[in-house]
Amino acid sequence: MTEALVVTGTNLGVVISLALIAGGVIWLLVRSLKGKEVERRVIFGFVLIAVSAPILFPITFHEQISPVVKAVFDKIESLPAGSTVAISFDFDPAMAPEVQPMANAFTRHCFAKGHKVVFLSIWATGQSLLTSTLDTVVRREFPEKRERIDWVNLGYKAGNQGVLNVIVSDLRKMYPTDVNAVPLDSIPMLAEVKAFRDLSLILAVGGGFPGPKEWVLYVGDPGNVPIAAGAAAVTAPQLYPYYPRQLIGILGGIKSAAEYESAMVDKYPQFDSVDKPGLRMMGPQTLAHMVIMMFIIIGNIVFFRSKRMRSQL
Amino acid sequence: MKREVPLFITFFVGTLLIASVFIPPAESWGENFSVYFDIIAVFAFFLGGGNLLRIHLQKVASKRPDWGYSIVTLVAFLVMLAAGLFKLGNPGGISGNLTTAQSWFQILFQNIMSPLGSTMYALLAFFVASASYRAFRAKNRDATILLVAAFIILLGRTPFGTMLTSWIPPQYDLLQVPNLAIWIMSGPNLAGQRAIMIGIGLGIVSMSLRILLGIERTYLGDDR
Repeated sequence: MTEALVVTGTNLGVVISLALIAGGVIWLLVRSLKGKEVERRVIFGFVLIAVSAPILFPITFHEQISPVVKAVFDKIESLPAGSTVAISFDFDPAMAPEVQPMANAFTRHCFAKGHKVVFLSIWATGQSLLTSTLDTVVRREFPEKRERIDWVNLGYKAGNQGVLNVIVSDLRKMYPTDVNAVPLDSIPMLAEVKAFRDLSLILAVGGGFPGPKEWVLYVGDPGNVPIAAGAAAVTAPQLYPYYPRQLIGILGGIKSAAEYESAMVDKYPQFDSVDKPGLRMMGPQTLAHMVIMMFIIIGNIVFFRSKRMRSQL
Repeated sequence: MKREVPLFITFFVGTLLIASVFIPPAESWGENFSVYFDIIAVFAFFLGGGNLLRIHLQKVASKRPDWGYSIVTLVAFLVMLAAGLFKLGNPGGISGNLTTAQSWFQILFQNIMSPLGSTMYALLAFFVASASYRAFRAKNRDATILLVAAFIILLGRTPFGTMLTSWIPPQYDLLQVPNLAIWIMSGPNLAGQRAIMIGIGLGIVSMSLRILLGIERTYLGDDR
């Protein structure tokens, strides 16, 4: 199982960073045993080192795909080539570092399988982030895929769940044209798609309101369309009541994005050389989690020690 | 009449929308109301923008504390509004895609809005670490349960969780940290989330009925 921890990168930098953190934690532990609290700025300093060290000296882990993520991967794999899939970019720049890697991986996977993709957003900030995925993934990695034949960009539409309530049964009522003002009726790949209930799968990437939950309530359930979610780690727990019946799978946080990227490379080795932000960001996340856990332990040592001293008085 | 007309409109529209969900031929009623809502919501954009301008212009004019920030807000608002409304720099012109790589809107979004948003969110890592140190203390039984659950989830979200417990035989694989983290999410967390959701759902139904039947009138500015 240790092969799950394939560490690559500048080993000297990694070793120095880990030694710095470990040494600092031991020093803090000794201070704590003497009954001294840890100042807030010391904690901030440790988090800074834990996050920046793996960025300067990259550490990459090989992730094992969990069942809840695998369900999404397998669903995209199982669809026949040429199926029409929608990817909704319902997030803002604050959430983007966590969920955009998922959107990129979904896009890559759909095109690798030969699916047709409908891109859209029900968040005002989503359209610009959608454009970023089109530029960095679609146009760069799949130049042979043609707009309006293999993919279409519907852009942003205001109205939150009201938009979803309409497109589930009539797409053209809410989106008469695509983002470039081309009428949907003249777009070949949408000839058979009159409503979102005609789609094979919807990948709702977001985490706020409206987000994957609204896609389930207004499109998935009434239209009987399979929905999968990509959400920020803090909002993923709220989606579990919908799994596995109403949401076929959930990607929650950067760990899930990394798992999906690992699974993509295992299945499609040609994507080994593309940028994998999910896997790249697992280094900082892992070290930051370890530092937080160490501080929790130190905090409890201080707590129990002071409790014992109070009881002795 | 001042009170009866709004009450009647609320009852009429509410009843139609309920009917549109349960009666398939009436499905399009709900869709049409969503489109009407969208049209009305456009006026809210004007109202919001107008309010923002008014409040910050007043603050600048009267030189109230931190009025400099209001200038930043106004400049950012007006520049973004002009870039988006007139699609400045857009190769497709006024009818083209607002977010093409060359448009001013996209350049401003990618180079100012995106880094600012990400930075603000990233700062959370520092506060979460500090809060964890101070809050996650085993003061009593409930706090200990919370502490253990947090610890397992934190460890389960890293590859170290896999490494530390990979020696556990397959028949006891639930005890491996990543599987324990999944169990917490899909067991206790699920139960808690469902309870909250069902409670909220029942609350929404009861409040909706009160509004439709005219029992709840606070939305009319009437607190009786």
